[in-house]
Amino acid sequence: MGVLLIPRLTLTLTIISLFIFLSRSSSQEILINNAERRIDLSTHIVKVFFTLKVENIGTNAVSEILLAFPPTQADHLAFVEALATTGKRKKKTYVPLVVKPTELPDAPNETKYFSISLVNPLNSGDTTTLEVLYVFTHSLEPFPMEISQSESQLVYYRDSALILSPYHIKQQTTFIKTPTTKVESFTRLDPTNRAGTEMKYGPYEDQPPYSYSPIIVHCENNNPFAVVEELVREVEISHWGSIQITEHYKLVHAGARHKGIFSRVEYQSRPSFSGVSSFKHLLARLPPRVHSVYYRDEIGNISSSHLRTDSQKSDLEIEPRYPLFGGWKATFIIGYGVPLQDFLFESPDGRRYLNFTFGCPLAESVVDKLTIKVVLPEGSKDPSAVVTFPVEQHLETKYSYLDVVGRTVVVLEKKNVVPMHNTVFQVYYTFNPIFMLAEPLMLTSVFFLFFVACVAYLHIDLSIRK
Amino acid sequence: MAAVDKASETTLRNAFGNVLSFFILLLIGVLAFSIRLFSVIKYESVIHEFDPYFNYRVTQFLTKNGIYDFWNWFDDRTWYPLGRVIGGTVYPGLTLTAGTIWWLLNSLNIPLSVETVCVFTAPIFSAFASWATYLLTKEVKGTGAGLTAAVLLAMVPSYISRSVAGSYDNEAVAIFALIFTFYLYIKTLNTGSLFYATLNAVAYFYMVCSWGGYTFIINLIPMHVLLCIVTGRYSSRLYIAYAPLVVLGTLLAALVPVVGFNAVMTSEHFASFLVFIVIHVVALVHYIKGVLSAKMFKVAVTLVVSVGLVVCIAAVAVLVALVASSPTKGWSGRSLSLLDPTYASKYIPIIASVSEHQPPTWPSYFMDINVLAFLVPAGIISCFLPLSDASSFVILYIVTSVYFSGVMVRLMLVLAPAACIMSGIALSQSFDVFTRSIKFQLFGVPGNSKVDAGDTSSDSSVAENDGAKPDKREDTLKERPSRKNKKKEKEQVEKIHVDKTSIKSKKEKKLLVLPVEASLIALILLVFLGAFYVVHCVWAAAEAYSAPSIVLTSYSNDGLHVFDDFREAYGWLSHNTDVDDKVASWWDYGYQTTAMANRTVIVDNNTWNNTHIATVGTAMSSPEKAAWEIFNSLDVKYVLVVFGGLVGYPSDDINKFLWMVRIGGGVFPHIKEPDYLRDGQYRIDSQATPTMLNCLMYKLSYYRFVETDGKGFDRVRRTEIGKKYFKLTHFEEVR
Repeated sequence: MGVLLIPRLTLTLTIISLFIFLSRSSSQEILINNAERRIDLSTHIVKVFFTLKVENIGTNAVSEILLAFPPTQADHLAFVEALATTGKRKKKTYVPLVVKPTELPDAPNETKYFSISLVNPLNSGDTTTLEVLYVFTHSLEPFPMEISQSESQLVYYRDSALILSPYHIKQQTTFIKTPTTKVESFTRLDPTNRAGTEMKYGPYEDQPPYSYSPIIVHCENNNPFAVVEELVREVEISHWGSIQITEHYKLVHAGARHKGIFSRVEYQSRPSFSGVSSFKHLLARLPPRVHSVYYRDEIGNISSSHLRTDSQKSDLEIEPRYPLFGGWKATFIIGYGVPLQDFLFESPDGRRYLNFTFGCPLAESVVDKLTIKVVLPEGSKDPSAVVTFPVEQHLETKYSYLDVVGRTVVVLEKKNVVPMHNTVFQVYYTFNPIFMLAEPLMLTSVFFLFFVACVAYLHIDLSIRK
Repeated sequence: MAAVDKASETTLRNAFGNVLSFFILLLIGVLAFSIRLFSVIKYESVIHEFDPYFNYRVTQFLTKNGIYDFWNWFDDRTWYPLGRVIGGTVYPGLTLTAGTIWWLLNSLNIPLSVETVCVFTAPIFSAFASWATYLLTKEVKGTGAGLTAAVLLAMVPSYISRSVAGSYDNEAVAIFALIFTFYLYIKTLNTGSLFYATLNAVAYFYMVCSWGGYTFIINLIPMHVLLCIVTGRYSSRLYIAYAPLVVLGTLLAALVPVVGFNAVMTSEHFASFLVFIVIHVVALVHYIKGVLSAKMFKVAVTLVVSVGLVVCIAAVAVLVALVASSPTKGWSGRSLSLLDPTYASKYIPIIASVSEHQPPTWPSYFMDINVLAFLVPAGIISCFLPLSDASSFVILYIVTSVYFSGVMVRLMLVLAPAACIMSGIALSQSFDVFTRSIKFQLFGVPGNSKVDAGDTSSDSSVAENDGAKPDKREDTLKERPSRKNKKKEKEQVEKIHVDKTSIKSKKEKKLLVLPVEASLIALILLVFLGAFYVVHCVWAAAEAYSAPSIVLTSYSNDGLHVFDDFREAYGWLSHNTDVDDKVASWWDYGYQTTAMANRTVIVDNNTWNNTHIATVGTAMSSPEKAAWEIFNSLDVKYVLVVFGGLVGYPSDDINKFLWMVRIGGGVFPHIKEPDYLRDGQYRIDSQATPTMLNCLMYKLSYYRFVETDGKGFDRVRRTEIGKKYFKLTHFEEVR
């Protein structure tokens, strides 16, 4: 057995090394002429806009461009999107490209890669421009870790002044935008400039592949660090004309922990100095035409919320029971109904599909773990979900009002969700409208039997003694 | 031929009457349920007040862990570090009821939350209670009175105050159980059926499960039995109504863990056993009387009495010695304070400190039972005309409950059903008289029995004659084996009665006839009275009794203001403190803290340990350092203080503070009430005593208060505070 294994193993090894050789060669075929990176630190979601001018200097056509991330960043990477630009200046058009994580076997220091598949392979000598947007969560580390009520919140941001890339970069610049002009310190790597809320690293010329130069920016950030640790959204479809959505939130303020006393007097009388990093309002964007909106937690209704609706959207402004300081938690439930015809459609092949928004309705918030449960009506069959990005899926059964066989629940789970994930997804299923009548018929027959029983009882003499 | 026609006409009328009263009852149920929904509509579907939160928490535990864990539940979240055995110290009726409803609904796949079920338990049971009132009053005075009493009960403010949606308290189901037990007792008394006697014992068991007020039943029924015996109304029906109740009822009551051996050991139950002996003696005497000749009987009586007297005296002496040997004479504190209204304020400040244990004021009678207070005397009179076993019971019920309600505000609740029954009887009887006299005046002398027999229901005509011919009635009652036969029999009985009464009734009716004008005016006035009652009840339900007390609202120029500070505090505690942190507060907030914040408390509303409460009271009334030492010894991390001086919320801790001093001082003599009073007056301004100004409660409440408006003006006490600028040395403000 062992003897047999060894040749196969060597064969595999050869294949792998061949692959390495191929990929190596591809990385040397690409040159980045100009790279510009704009890092936006203004909220707790770090957004990076990355523009690449790529040239194929090799001989073969290349269809994939690689992005590299250090492992610390890759863990916090929530979202990557790439666009290819074509045309010049005003006639620029953007073509979205497929981005997926890949593994390279010889990645130095466990570098993680994403590969961008180009629509048209890049021929030898051609250039193209790529716009990449990627988003990190939990990348701003509060320092000091604990602050009192009157202090403002300072955070560390760690990155590299030089762009990590498997390719040679001819010229690169990095801009970092801080939320305020107050910057405690930042690492210098000349040429480095700072003006207002912007810092400029570069331009740096001719950096070899995998160049890395760590920097730390220590700046003020008093934006709400609203993190939903767990969000469960339940979408219940009723073919009687309504979709009921219930959302269970576990909210936490992920910024610097609150230290010492909390003085209500101070908080209310001097709002600009006291508790600047805390937040008490949150904005939830709900679909238009919502009805019966409620906002409560396990001990009852929370009376502080406002709903504004217009034809485009509904804005629900909610306040947790208490202002959230660093490390404080709150749980609450938002529920609402929307008309069925806005979100449920029939596809040409006779199946029905729900077209609904993924992600979290709260603006500017990060969801660590999002679970969407789509409860299909009783009697529906063959459910399948279509989501544009990878999610975990499984099926459950739920028993609700007077169910006999139970309702099929399509469960979609995703970790690390940011507002960029608020795109639509579809759940397809087949449903026979006759099942709508099952429950009313059941009730009617039960009542009918009850009355029959009553009539029978009144007409039968059950006494033993006449 | 004509006779058959008449008979079929009467059956038709009866059938119509039955269907009509069925629908009226259904509507009464809907009314009773929906008048209690003001709290849900105006506020929200939430548990109210203090005790309901505990019941809610227990129900949650029950639904989560099942019945066996519930009986063995040792709660370590309360009375730290003592804990409390919940399964053995609660009346489980309410929780089991709601738990069963929840389980039933969920097994039908109706996913209502435990909270929703708890919120709506009280309105559902008030509908049941009004149906039970109908049954009880029907047994006493007929269908008309029954329906009237049921309507009155469905919206009596006193009962609404304890059973609005969300008021998930023992009383909500207990009042139903109370009335239903009484109904079954009267039913047994009227029919002499062992079936109803057994049901009665079961209903009594449910009452024992539900509320400590079951002692009222087990004292009132013996009293009535004794009354019947004394007034020479002993019958075998009385025996059947009473003896099984005592035997079965006591056995069943002893099954409830919280009652246990109290069912035979405490003085509250002695009356029932004494009467149990008496009724057996009387039964024996009756039996012997039947066996022996009159002369022999006299001899036997003298013999037995002389011997029996000696034995009795000995027995009573032993009993008295036994009872007297215990310090409270075998009575629990609350029962004693009922018998001696001054007892609680003298010896147990903790009972006296609860506002619902205070004696009521006159306006509260008007508020709680409104016009019923004026109708009750009329009802009592009508119960005497004629006096039957059932009506004497109702009279006894109203008399005792009036006394009890005079001692404690909260027992107004027991008075309410009695008042409703009495007023129902009064209203229905007076309507009866007025309409009959109008009919008589307008349509002349009723030629046949149709008019009067049809209108006053058959039962009431039976009841009317009950006093005159008790033996006759018993005979007819015995021949009622099945329902079908019963119906026929009823007709026969009716006919007999009609025949017999037709001569007599003419005489009677002539006496009752009033002039048309007078009857019309009286009728209109009665309708006005009823309308006034309805208006008052709806107002009371909507405005006075529907506030959940954990949410406060106030109207001002710029609209509605909601003060949700209680839940804000509990919500914060629940999410932002460690799971095992201990929270100290005055005992009022104990149940809410454990239920809403899920944190361990030192004392709560189940005031079973006076010393522990006194410790907290002492800490609150001590200076900061001493208080810190006490709290530290109890592992307390957070102290919850309710202060309403800024928004004008009157029932805050500063206003309760004197009770803390009194209760604390009762156990720890270094806390003296006069130290906190200036010339006998409780004040917090600059005239206040230094002890007051330095105690923990004062400091926690008014910490940095002066910074809110610059003066430190307390809107509840309407004064500027005495000590404005101070620092806390041992405590920190966290919320």
